[in-house]
Amino acid sequence: MDRPLDPRPAVVERRLAGIRRIIAVTGGKGGIGKSSVAVGLALALGGRGARVGLLDLDLWGPSDHVILGVPRPGVREDGGLVPDTVAGVAFLSIATFDRDRAALLRGEDITNAILELLAVTLWGELDVLVIDMPPGFGDTLLDSARYLPRAEHLVVTTPSELTLVTTRKTLDVLGRLGLPVAGVVLNLAPDGAAPLPASIAAPARYLGAIERDPAYEASLGDLERLRATRFFAGVQGVAGRLVAGG
Amino acid sequence: MHEWSLAEAVVAKAAEVARARGIPQVRSVVIGLGELQAVDRDAFTFGLEQFQAREPVLADARMELRVDPAMLACRPCGHHWALGESLATLSEDDREAIHLLPELAHGSIVCPACGSPDFAIEGGRGVGLIAVDG
Repeated sequence: MDRPLDPRPAVVERRLAGIRRIIAVTGGKGGIGKSSVAVGLALALGGRGARVGLLDLDLWGPSDHVILGVPRPGVREDGGLVPDTVAGVAFLSIATFDRDRAALLRGEDITNAILELLAVTLWGELDVLVIDMPPGFGDTLLDSARYLPRAEHLVVTTPSELTLVTTRKTLDVLGRLGLPVAGVVLNLAPDGAAPLPASIAAPARYLGAIERDPAYEASLGDLERLRATRFFAGVQGVAGRLVAGG
Repeated sequence: MHEWSLAEAVVAKAAEVARARGIPQVRSVVIGLGELQAVDRDAFTFGLEQFQAREPVLADARMELRVDPAMLACRPCGHHWALGESLATLSEDDREAIHLLPELAHGSIVCPACGSPDFAIEGGRGVGLIAVDG
């Protein structure tokens, strides 16, 4: 062989074999609430009795651990990396390892880091693995297409045209990559009954609106408070529709 | 230790290569252990033995481990250096983080010439399959 072969792809599918469904929360644009929706979804699904995992793949700006109130998520080594459980959810993030210090990662580094996490993490048997995807159409999305082809993308958008312009591109990209789309969620909506903006093309399945909730920010890190927010009620509605249609 | 998951990957890949090449019985497998990840050799070897026993095509294979030196290359200034030059700057926590996720080297290693964290890991990152021979 000219160059050593990377053995890690050979076991990714094996690591995910016990996971019934993978939901990748994506959205193209930053700051629209992907992490909030991802964490909320994981908690909501867990509350419905599902065995849930949560993987924060935003390697540059992980924030799921902040929402969950776990400054340094735990992991134990037992034949591989076994994520600790937070509020009933098996949770893994780069925050587990980075000690709050940013690692400047270029394309190949991101792919390597994602592949490493996928190859060595032992998720066991789960009903759902929720993946919090970073913004953008770069390496992480391309890597998910390659290593997580059965992940269903749940696209988060907001009513602002500043978001919608990227949401349309996100749906286009997912279509071109041939990746499954679980549906679209309207976050930061004026109310919980807001319709899907007309500029988002059908047949993207609409999973509902999550009302903008001023109380959400104060709930960060406090799961009891989070579960009492209108935001969480909206996510529970999304979770129900996701399960019903899945 | 998480070395077992890497050993499993190596065995799976070696078996995959053997099947693709039509090798009925593998005689030797050469594995590179990247210096940057600093895999525990004993734990890795034990893991190899456990997983090798589950792959008939590898039943008689000799597993050879070679250290793959870590070479780093600064993108802004072009300086190339061996990992050894940076080891003294790393704390135990840094090394542990890099052991679990080698890319975290970008959070603690900088170019000794210009101080930039923007470097490429040109060799010796992690575990690689060098040769599979029947």
